Amino acid sequence: MRITNLFKVAFRSLSRNKLRSFLTMLGIIIGVASVIAMLAIGEGSNQNIKASIASLGTNSIMIFPGANFQGGVRQGASSIQTIKVEDVEAIAKHCDLVNYVSPVDQKRVQAVNGSENWSTTILGVNNDYFTIRSLSVTKGNSFTSSDEHAAAKVCVVGTTVVLNLFGDEDVDPTGAIIRINSIPVKIIGVLSKMGQNTFGQDQDDIILAPFPTVQKRMMSSSSYVNSILASAVSEDQITDAVDEVSGLLREKHKLAPSDDNDFTVRTQSDISNIFGAISSVMTILLASIAGISLLVGGIGIMNIMLVSVTERTREIGIRMAIGAKGRDILVQFMIESIVLSFAGGLIGIALGIGVSELVAIFGGWPVVITLSSVLLSFSFSAIIGVFFGWYPARKAASLNPIDALRYE
Amino acid sequence: MTGTTPLIEIKNLTKTYKTGDIEVKALYDVSLNIQQGEFVAIMGASGSGKSTFMNILGCLDNPTSGEYLMEGANVFTRSKNELAELRNKKIGFVFQSYNILPRTSAQENVELPMLYNSQVPAKDRKEKAIHALTSVGLADRIHSMPNQLSGGQQQRVAIARALVNDPVVVMADEPTGNLDSKTSYEIMEIFQHLNEKGITIVMVTHEPDIAQFAKSNIVFKDGKIIANELVKDRKNATELLKNIATLSEDKATT
Repeated sequence: MRITNLFKVAFRSLSRNKLRSFLTMLGIIIGVASVIAMLAIGEGSNQNIKASIASLGTNSIMIFPGANFQGGVRQGASSIQTIKVEDVEAIAKHCDLVNYVSPVDQKRVQAVNGSENWSTTILGVNNDYFTIRSLSVTKGNSFTSSDEHAAAKVCVVGTTVVLNLFGDEDVDPTGAIIRINSIPVKIIGVLSKMGQNTFGQDQDDIILAPFPTVQKRMMSSSSYVNSILASAVSEDQITDAVDEVSGLLREKHKLAPSDDNDFTVRTQSDISNIFGAISSVMTILLASIAGISLLVGGIGIMNIMLVSVTERTREIGIRMAIGAKGRDILVQFMIESIVLSFAGGLIGIALGIGVSELVAIFGGWPVVITLSSVLLSFSFSAIIGVFFGWYPARKAASLNPIDALRYE
Repeated sequence: MTGTTPLIEIKNLTKTYKTGDIEVKALYDVSLNIQQGEFVAIMGASGSGKSTFMNILGCLDNPTSGEYLMEGANVFTRSKNELAELRNKKIGFVFQSYNILPRTSAQENVELPMLYNSQVPAKDRKEKAIHALTSVGLADRIHSMPNQLSGGQQQRVAIARALVNDPVVVMADEPTGNLDSKTSYEIMEIFQHLNEKGITIVMVTHEPDIAQFAKSNIVFKDGKIIANELVKDRKNATELLKNIATLSEDKATT
């Protein structure tokens, strides 16, 4: 018997029971749609995290002071100050694999402009910092090396600071003098808007000033620095650059080979890997929940097909009496369940994409629908159709014509 | 008819049902020949084995022992698939309860056997189905659903379905069991016409007046054939129906 005829038989039989066919498909539709939506949301947040980490600079290397170790008690990272200004200079001078390096001093300050005031963070950095973090200045300029040498009272501000001190983001504040912890400082530039990062931190709520200005005028003028931000010449050479920097700092800090590092070096890829791992765990979790619903949908198909075989025993008997072979009956029921799961899969894909887009539009959550998630859920639903259709089809095909005909 | 091979040749057929420890012999050593072009009515009381015999004849059921030749070829040695093919191409079934598919139009019901017959090209299916329905007088009900048809009309759809693959034999199991006498005569009229065209008909019935439309009657009792005789005063369904029509006209005028 030609397979096209069997398709015809199966389609006729499905269209005779439209509501039942649709309800059977519903399980698969919801399963596939939820797998696609879950994976899209998971992948979206994954890429969002990666993008915001990348915005910190993919080549960047961070050096923090190490843990204090006193009387057997380790006090955690940055619990003592071990990094000096000379270390920054040494890295700049001796490390060939590091192309930019900036000291970073960080402090919470109160900025005042007339009657407005705002609590924000000031960072004392040099010009390399702008390059490493890919920061750009929209209005005015960033500070020069002479500003740095002179510890000039100048700064570059983020747009949130402008908004809170001048009442409007679009005001050009360059040339204005604000007071930072009572010290008058001239605004010479405004950073381009960056928005929030993945962790909800406002990246525009910041003031950048030359390192010596912050170190000498706002910190208690110590020769230590909070941390160092550097960048490797290329992403491939980050590991080598880290080794180079570590070696240099060990030498500078006169550590014996048996001593632990008194500093910590971290790279963006470490951080990005950690968050990537967290995000993929979440994605797997969501997808497996969705996968279970797909499985339940498949069992729904088997259930309906089994009921259908019992309910249509007489029909099977009639078909056999007029010449259907066992194989014809088997193929007919298989086609029915495969058509149900395929159609359910296709509708599920459309619904899943729709739901993802709605989440993106109304939830403001980034979603990324990947081809692999569509293929995965669709092929899974197809396999379910074959797998759960087989048993009922087999059962129908093995019926004896006379028993099927006599079935009441 | 001597010298030609019988269409159906049954030798020493036995069918035993086992229910627990009790053995029931539904058929006991039955032998029978049916020639091409015959119209046989199988009679007998309930439980006499006539339906079991019919089901075995139609390759729907297997016997316990015995031999069955159709057109000289052995039937029981064939595989399940070969039997299905035999039912599809050589045998047309008509059942007491019509057994047409619900929620399926008359035309689609009649097309069904052709869907399982790879020798019928797809483009001929519709035409053949309409032709078969026309031959049973249902030209105007081609697209009707079973629930829109009367019992007699449903049985005619079943007959059209039985005929559509040009079978050599039509097997009818109590075809008039659910119908009133006038409709029964109409069905018998169709059978007699078919028989005149050379199609062999084997019909099971328990109504003696319906059996009078056949050429010969076989009587079953307790799993055995007790009588096999030609019908003496064979009824003609067309004439009977004419009489009924004139009778009702007379009633209407008086």
